[in-house]
Amino acid sequence: MTWIIVIVILVILVAIYVALYNGLVQLRVHAQESWSQIDVQLQRRSDLIPNLISTVKGYSKYEASTLEKVTQLRTELNNVPDTDRAKKMEVSNELSGTLRTLFAVSENYPDLKASAEYQKLMEELSNTENKIAYSRQLYNSTVAALDAKIQSFPSNLVAKIHHFTAMDYLAVPEESKTVPKVSFDD
Amino acid sequence: MLYQQIARNKRKTVLVMVGFFLLVALIGAAIGYLFARSAVSGVIIAGVIAVIYMAVMVGQSTEVVMNMNNAREIHSASEAPELWHVVEDMAMVAQVPMPRVFIVNDPSPNAFATGNNPEHAAVAATTGLLQIMNREELEGVMGHEMSHVRNYDIRLQTIALALSAAISVLVNFAGNFWWFGGSRDDDDDSAGGVLAIIGSILLIILAPLAATIAQMALSRNREYLADAGSVELTRNPHGLISALEKLKGAEPMQAANPDSAGLYISDPELNAKHRPFAHLFDTHPPLDDRIKRLEEM
Repeated sequence: MTWIIVIVILVILVAIYVALYNGLVQLRVHAQESWSQIDVQLQRRSDLIPNLISTVKGYSKYEASTLEKVTQLRTELNNVPDTDRAKKMEVSNELSGTLRTLFAVSENYPDLKASAEYQKLMEELSNTENKIAYSRQLYNSTVAALDAKIQSFPSNLVAKIHHFTAMDYLAVPEESKTVPKVSFDD
Repeated sequence: MLYQQIARNKRKTVLVMVGFFLLVALIGAAIGYLFARSAVSGVIIAGVIAVIYMAVMVGQSTEVVMNMNNAREIHSASEAPELWHVVEDMAMVAQVPMPRVFIVNDPSPNAFATGNNPEHAAVAATTGLLQIMNREELEGVMGHEMSHVRNYDIRLQTIALALSAAISVLVNFAGNFWWFGGSRDDDDDSAGGVLAIIGSILLIILAPLAATIAQMALSRNREYLADAGSVELTRNPHGLISALEKLKGAEPMQAANPDSAGLYISDPELNAKHRPFAHLFDTHPPLDDRIKRLEEM
């Protein structure tokens, strides 16, 4: 009788351990997944940029420096190694800012603004910008969930044994969440 | 503030639902007592009717609701890029599958969601809404709709609707039975018996009213919750606030079916009207109150 009780308790303990471990693994996978979500959007934006440049070039001869900056940042972003997330986000934010300036400047060219090609690009780029912002938010909330599990009892015991470590949050610059706005102040 | 409000709303919802079930049970008991001198069998019969009703209503498909509201489905981003992309964003951050997207051809700005679970959800926006809202505002509105989806509000709404429908069926049944005689044994002439009969009759008359009021209260509550949920998704109360401000001046909708009024982001029928008494029967809280709560977040 005592043996049966001991075995039952052992089985329950093992089941709890497995459940906790699986929960942690699942959250880690979710976090990785939401990071790759960001990567996909960054790639998509990268692919849109050459189109944007060729469209804008035809209309505005004078914004060469802004266009150059966009191209240069795009190349830089593509060259950042995948592991360096902080750097990747930093360059990406700079690129977002430059794109916003480009959009603002484009407001000065009514022909460009009216072109269907440009409007389509605008929507596509606003879409990727928003998706980047929202996937960062998603990434951060998954990381937060993982973090909470790693620190709270009893999953912290399992986390310690299997060396689960907290992941880094991405700081979200507030302005990257909104659609590019027109501003001639700078 | 945000999370407390969500928790508070969830508690209230549970209370309202419990009230609903009690009401169904009570009216079943009253009818059972009046016609069969057995409150228990009345409760059982009422329970069975309510469950059947609920099963039928919950099984009702998105198609029916969309047809009722003359909505047209769009299948790709190219048909309405901004709407499609915003819905995509909201689904992603809410961690629910991409819902089906519909457009209602109506100049009055409004939006609604339907579907009994996130896997079978659909959202709809009117052409009027797409015209007057900018992207940030559209995000607020769609965030509100996705919150309804994520919170299983639509299922809850449907259950509430089914329960009040079941109550009115029970009451109708009692009424008919009463007028056509039924098999009443009037041996019970004690004072207690008379009181119980009067109480039962009163209950049968008042219950449908109470059910409607409770259903509307539930609906109003879920609106606050969905507003809070929208801010949780977008992290930006301003979008929804300015969207609601724009909805204030809206004309009543033409395409909306009154039965689905509770699903819309703002009441499609009595948007701007304010009748002090009628508040009990409103499906939505006043826009000003919703804006005030959002500003407090």
